[in-house]
Amino acid sequence: MSQTDVRMDGSAETRADREATPGSAGGRRERLVTHRERADSYYGRPVLNEPTWKDHDIAAYLFLGGLAGASSTLAAAAELTGRPGLARASKVGALGALGGSLYCLIHDLGRPERFLNMLRVFKVTSPMSVGTWILTGYGPQAGAAAATDMTGLFPGLGRAATVGAGLAGTALATYTAALISDTAVPVWHEAYREMPFLFAGSAAASAGGLGMLAAPLAEAAPARRAALLGTAVECVAASRMERRLGPVGEPLRRSRLLRLGEALSLAGALAGVTVARRSRVAAMAAGAALLAGSACTRFGIFHAGMESANDPKYTVQPQRRRLAKKRAERELA
Amino acid sequence: MAFDLDEHLNGNRVGFFTDTSICIGCKACEVACKEWNHVPEDGLDFTGMSYDNTVGLSADTWRHVAFVEQRTPMGRQEPGVGDMDFRWLMSSDVCKHCTHAACLDVCPTGSLFRTEYGTVVVQEDVCNGCGYCVPACPFGVIGKRETTGVAAKCTMCYDRLPAGEEPACAKTCPTDSIQFGDLDELRERADRRLRQVQEAGMTSARLYGRDPDDGVGGMGAFFLLLDEPEVYGLPPDPVVTTRDLPSMWRHVGMAAAGLLAGIAVTAWRRR
Repeated sequence: MSQTDVRMDGSAETRADREATPGSAGGRRERLVTHRERADSYYGRPVLNEPTWKDHDIAAYLFLGGLAGASSTLAAAAELTGRPGLARASKVGALGALGGSLYCLIHDLGRPERFLNMLRVFKVTSPMSVGTWILTGYGPQAGAAAATDMTGLFPGLGRAATVGAGLAGTALATYTAALISDTAVPVWHEAYREMPFLFAGSAAASAGGLGMLAAPLAEAAPARRAALLGTAVECVAASRMERRLGPVGEPLRRSRLLRLGEALSLAGALAGVTVARRSRVAAMAAGAALLAGSACTRFGIFHAGMESANDPKYTVQPQRRRLAKKRAERELA
Repeated sequence: MAFDLDEHLNGNRVGFFTDTSICIGCKACEVACKEWNHVPEDGLDFTGMSYDNTVGLSADTWRHVAFVEQRTPMGRQEPGVGDMDFRWLMSSDVCKHCTHAACLDVCPTGSLFRTEYGTVVVQEDVCNGCGYCVPACPFGVIGKRETTGVAAKCTMCYDRLPAGEEPACAKTCPTDSIQFGDLDELRERADRRLRQVQEAGMTSARLYGRDPDDGVGGMGAFFLLLDEPEVYGLPPDPVVTTRDLPSMWRHVGMAAAGLLAGIAVTAWRRR
């Protein structure tokens, strides 16, 4: 193979141009060396390229995928405990959210007509590939569960599909945490320990909200409890995440969407276990607040990540600290 | 990581050694790359960032020359700009063709692949433009091309290599700042060059991406820099994001099990 000619034996008489040593010659006048400012970026430009994902597609999918998955799990639980009204509402809601998810995912592609290329391979190193196969397993079961419930045909098949979708739904509702964490985006990556729990909590809260919104009061008790439990998990995970991340967590702590999401979820969950137990109107309002809260949380996480990708300090400073720590450890050893 | 790319390729791995100490900022590499690879126009803007108007690597910029102006002495050189110390650093940036490449790991279609030369290349007829590789890259190299909707980046001139030709940027570089060759040989050469530059008085010189034990397992395209990496827009300690993926999957598994248990508990009571 042709390559730049270089003599490895060092026998050359003349020095090649590439051996030039800048700064080795010349008569620099002595001057006071002014204190050197330490630049931590190249003209303030981000180190990372901005994710091309659009919030109305991918942040919306984080919400809809969570809603679909947790609703299917809630539907299975409702069906197995004899609450057909809640089961039907959750199954139909899950199917609608799944439709929205698929639209968002395909719409965000640069070449939507090639979406089936996702099925060429299975790669455990790519959460998007794993997610594709989760959706491939989950989708038909969620569809069958809703269709058999609505039509009354094939009840046995419907029950199997309901349980299958309920199990696959837990994977759908949580894998999206790995999807965004498996990137170099500082906030998303560093938060990978809490993100799955935050997403699971947010998904349960939204599924509970949907159940409260659409199911009869007498059957909605699991939805109300799921909303409360989900909101609690979401809030604990979010506050742990914000504290543990330190300076990198700044965009999370600054996010107004996240605060709004928490407020809406808490309000909906608390209303759910108080006034919404007796009043249909209050239940619907609480359910809507929970759905809006979960959506705000996902959009908030999405935008905090984008903000951290667009500011070089969130990339450079943690890496510098890591290097300094490694150096200190080496010197001690 | 059990898989050893260098061993697997049996010494066939090629790479770039970009010696920025002799870069003169002519941008011939940017032009040669555009011409050979038919890379479309990427904006004709005046940025005011010294002589840099291409800003950074992207789908439509596969070689990018950075220009850094500093009020710092360059060894014994007299800058000749009044009573001010001054030096001008230039560096031609490119895809690093990492040993552990995050873009390749996360690609859900298998469009990105590892070539027989140890480089990382996008198959544009397979890519569906999901954009996952873009935030996965710790260097901000790969991008999604607006006109075609698919990912694009440096291929290390994959189409020139079988013909025995070196990549267009290295071929055209008038000072040999960009050197192409077998990676092992380039690493040896870079070690000698680093000693030479440091002995000549540039004590701040360092190699970036040469170490096979770094966060990306060593880079197929590595650099001799005269200042901290971040000054050139490079991350000081890049780590392949998938290094933490096993732990991510464990946390996802726990959360999924928790979701299942939580919802089962809420439905358990009759009332």
